[in-house]
Amino acid sequence: MRFADARLQPIWEKVRAGHRLERQDGLTLFDTDDLLGVGRMADHVKRAREGERVYFVINRHITPTNVCVLSCAFCGFARKPGEAGAYEHTIEDMVAMVKGETREVHIVGGHHPDWPFEYYERMLQAIHAAHPDVQIKAFTAAEIDYFWRRWKIEPKDALARLSAAGLRSMPGGGAEIFSPRLAKLLKYTGKADPDRWCEIHGIAHALGIKTNATMLYGHVETMAERVDHLLRLRRQQDASGGFVTFVPLAYQVAATKLRERQTPPTDSLRTIAASRLLLDNFPHIEAYWVTLGEDTASLALHFGADDVNGTLEDERIQHLSGAQTPAGVAREQLFRMIRDAGKIPVERDALYNIVQVYS
Amino acid sequence: MLAQIADKVRNGKRLGREDGRHLLAEAPLLEVGALAAEARYARFPEKIVTFVVDTNPNYTNVCVTDCQFCAFYRKPGDPEAWTLTVDEVLAKIESAAARGATTVLLQGGHNPSLPLDYYLSLVTETRRRFPQVTPHFFTASEIRTMAQVASLTVPDVLDRLWAAGQRTLPGGGAEVLSERVRKRIEPKKGGPEAWLDVHRQAHRRGFKSTATMMYGHVEQVDDLLDHFDAIRDLQDEHGGFTAFVPWSFKPGNTLLEKWIKHYQGPSTYLRMLAVSRLYLDNFPHIQASWFSEGKRTGQVALHFGADDWGGTLFEENVHKAADYVNTISVDEMVTLIREAGFTAAQRTTEYGIVRRYC
Repeated sequence: MRFADARLQPIWEKVRAGHRLERQDGLTLFDTDDLLGVGRMADHVKRAREGERVYFVINRHITPTNVCVLSCAFCGFARKPGEAGAYEHTIEDMVAMVKGETREVHIVGGHHPDWPFEYYERMLQAIHAAHPDVQIKAFTAAEIDYFWRRWKIEPKDALARLSAAGLRSMPGGGAEIFSPRLAKLLKYTGKADPDRWCEIHGIAHALGIKTNATMLYGHVETMAERVDHLLRLRRQQDASGGFVTFVPLAYQVAATKLRERQTPPTDSLRTIAASRLLLDNFPHIEAYWVTLGEDTASLALHFGADDVNGTLEDERIQHLSGAQTPAGVAREQLFRMIRDAGKIPVERDALYNIVQVYS
Repeated sequence: MLAQIADKVRNGKRLGREDGRHLLAEAPLLEVGALAAEARYARFPEKIVTFVVDTNPNYTNVCVTDCQFCAFYRKPGDPEAWTLTVDEVLAKIESAAARGATTVLLQGGHNPSLPLDYYLSLVTETRRRFPQVTPHFFTASEIRTMAQVASLTVPDVLDRLWAAGQRTLPGGGAEVLSERVRKRIEPKKGGPEAWLDVHRQAHRRGFKSTATMMYGHVEQVDDLLDHFDAIRDLQDEHGGFTAFVPWSFKPGNTLLEKWIKHYQGPSTYLRMLAVSRLYLDNFPHIQASWFSEGKRTGQVALHFGADDWGGTLFEENVHKAADYVNTISVDEMVTLIREAGFTAAQRTTEYGIVRRYC
């Protein structure tokens, strides 16, 4: 491979030899003008791991409540108790939301001031009893940490009890950007800090619960903060090994205006590619179409991503923050996103067991 | 194969049909893109992306050609048919000029009731009243219609348009320059030669023009190669093409919609741009667009060999008729180009730089 930026040559030698990239390499990946150079290396890694396969899941999101004690500056979703637009779903409502061929249900919500831990436990029990074949992916490390802050339930116990209630895996939200500077600036100091976030994922992994990891980018963070975030995740994965997918989340400008404009697609493609290259111990990198838009998600399949998330019959959080994509694309639309890129759609379940390969 | 193609590109050797086939059908997209970007920087080393402030009005939607891909036209006598007077067209040009437009890309249906004087007046009056505006008027098939209606030859019509002050032609109406495709989707517009010959005659007279391609309907790889070969050969003759401009067919409200429900995705677009940069080695400019595939794909496209981002298109009706709408301001154009990592520069119709936005 020849690169427009000669600094990529030594990085490529490492990638090709299967050697780990250093922090400085990461900084170069985010700094270089040679966007396609970064993408080509990531594409090489993706192909070596997965060939032309691209995964998706028939899933839906359930957001039990938008009531939240936190006031994160990037969130257009949370409401204070009693505020206009605040809502709380009953367990019956949530059971009824899961229908038909749904294979994975993703449950993430606000940090509710009053709901007891038992409510969450009953929620999972009820959904699991009504839909035993549906895999429940629930509660970010931030929520698990909140159960401790609010109710003094140790994460280990919380996860064991939720697991007994039907939890199969954990989403990767609440990581935001691992940076004390940004936690203070964007008012998320009341949330699990980087060490705590990683600790909880480590506990989950020890219990045999697979988890995802995220990074909220494209607001006011620096490129060095992105690289450090990725390297922190890589360290945790070395230690506990239970991360399945990394999901970079593009910050949605509309509601909270931390900056004037949504980060450009070139930045998202670069971030996905750099993630694929730096996170050498993560099985999957996801192009989350809700925040990227369908076209950029489709292009990301050439930049190292091997997953597009799923059909998402409801995706409330990103939509209230202003994502410009139709709520709930049908399977056909996901097929188009994948096939337009010349890739093979592979339907998976929440744990990446293959359901069907669509040739 | 890709390595051999890369060697040819780096040594200035022309790509053959098999090379083209590999690039269009086999090679990994980013490899094609990176090679196209290399070729683009070899020709234009600066990271400048040009655009033109323009508008794209229409003088009539009356058309007798019945193209299967068109949602814009109405048959003569249709209650929704309309034709503007010369004054009405000039009023549109005046309002675009007031917004800073320097190019007016004017085109319309094939309306057999319009005399040649109508077209000539549009050119003369535009030149007289708006000297800062370049009349970038009339595609090849409109010029053929003018000749038929006036019982003149195409060269005669071109001479008169030249005398009226016209110097450039837009490249629309090419679709895919392959006998098979044109017979299928636009049988009344003639084969590839119908389009090519007007451009050949125009280039002989000193006109500059663009070449376009509308893909994503019934064409196959060989048809695309036919298209590339045809315009590359013609460019060897007189060098009159300034740019190549591809876009995807939008099926909304067209006859083809019955078979083709969606327009082709962003990967195809990027590949088309990149392959055109490599294959069309005698074309100076490859035009990507914020318009035809969306702003975000348009930004990415600037990394795939394109050096131009088209026009502001203050008015656009043809895609709109297919329920595809997209608009932009000059400020946003500059911002988007910058976000994608380039310096924006405003250009003229003939690709001279007017102003850089540093």
